[in-house]
Amino acid sequence: MRRFLLPLVLFLVLVGFLAVGLRLNPRQVPSPFIGQPAPAFQLQQLAAAEQTFSPENMRGRVWLLNVWASWCVSCRQEHPVLMDLARHAVVPVVGLDYKDGREPAKAWLSEHGDPYALSAWDSDGKVGIDYGVYGVPETFVIDKSGIVRMKHIGPLTPAVLSEKIIPLVKELNGA
Amino acid sequence: MVRKFLAVILLAAGVGLAGAGEALPSVADPGLEARVQALAEVLRCLVCQNQNLADSHADLAIDLKNQVRDMLRQGQSEKEVIDYLVQRYGDFVLYRPPVKSSTWLLWGGPFLLLGSGLAVLLVNLRRRRQQAGAALSETERLAVERLLNGDDEGKK
Repeated sequence: MRRFLLPLVLFLVLVGFLAVGLRLNPRQVPSPFIGQPAPAFQLQQLAAAEQTFSPENMRGRVWLLNVWASWCVSCRQEHPVLMDLARHAVVPVVGLDYKDGREPAKAWLSEHGDPYALSAWDSDGKVGIDYGVYGVPETFVIDKSGIVRMKHIGPLTPAVLSEKIIPLVKELNGA
Repeated sequence: MVRKFLAVILLAAGVGLAGAGEALPSVADPGLEARVQALAEVLRCLVCQNQNLADSHADLAIDLKNQVRDMLRQGQSEKEVIDYLVQRYGDFVLYRPPVKSSTWLLWGGPFLLLGSGLAVLLVNLRRRRQQAGAALSETERLAVERLLNGDDEGKK
């Protein structure tokens, strides 16, 4: 009996590792930005080329930076969630239109609705690289002093919003 | 007929030439390109995670390669480029994970397994040797002799 004990224990340990490993999402790469200042940039606004946007403009407010594009399929999936967020005016959402044409992007917003306070136009994706963007959509929660507090990769869901982002925004606003 | 064939062949050749023209790498600086290539082989493409930047044709990989090329052209060193990318994408962007406290199991694990395997082997070998070396008592020796001689007395 005892000779089977060791293989059995080893087997159970292996099963444990596999069970955890299979549940991990390899796309969720931990962002090195959490707790770091959001990289500065200055971009044209999508709607008005003569105006620019810089994260500095949002100093003193808690805000979300949502990376999107008109060619991005998952952005369509999260879009109703963002629209809902905008309707309740919980937190200002700034869009970063990533590697997109100005016209298709504007058409996309007028077709599906525009949940953004404004969108900055990152036509060549340089700002995206600065923010470590690798899978659109991505959402950053940035606090009053411009520190990144959270990053969500992939489409926002109502659950992520109500369980993680909104409580965090409330906490940051209270502090 | 012959003329038609000729036309087709010419057309095909033309298409081939056009393709070849497109495929020509616009390498103005082979030295720089070699450095970009060397870096691209140790950096991971974050979209197709099991490929490095050199192998990947994903949009992001191409952008990152361009970024690497720009930075090298501006005179930054390989280390500065890698630091820049690690700052943005984390250690995950490195194809070869760095040795640090969170990765010691990854690096040390195989040696740990090898060590424990060797330990088990040694313990087993030693136990076997001890068993082989144990001397028989006088009565046991006699019993063995009886059995070997085909004497049935031992069984009774």
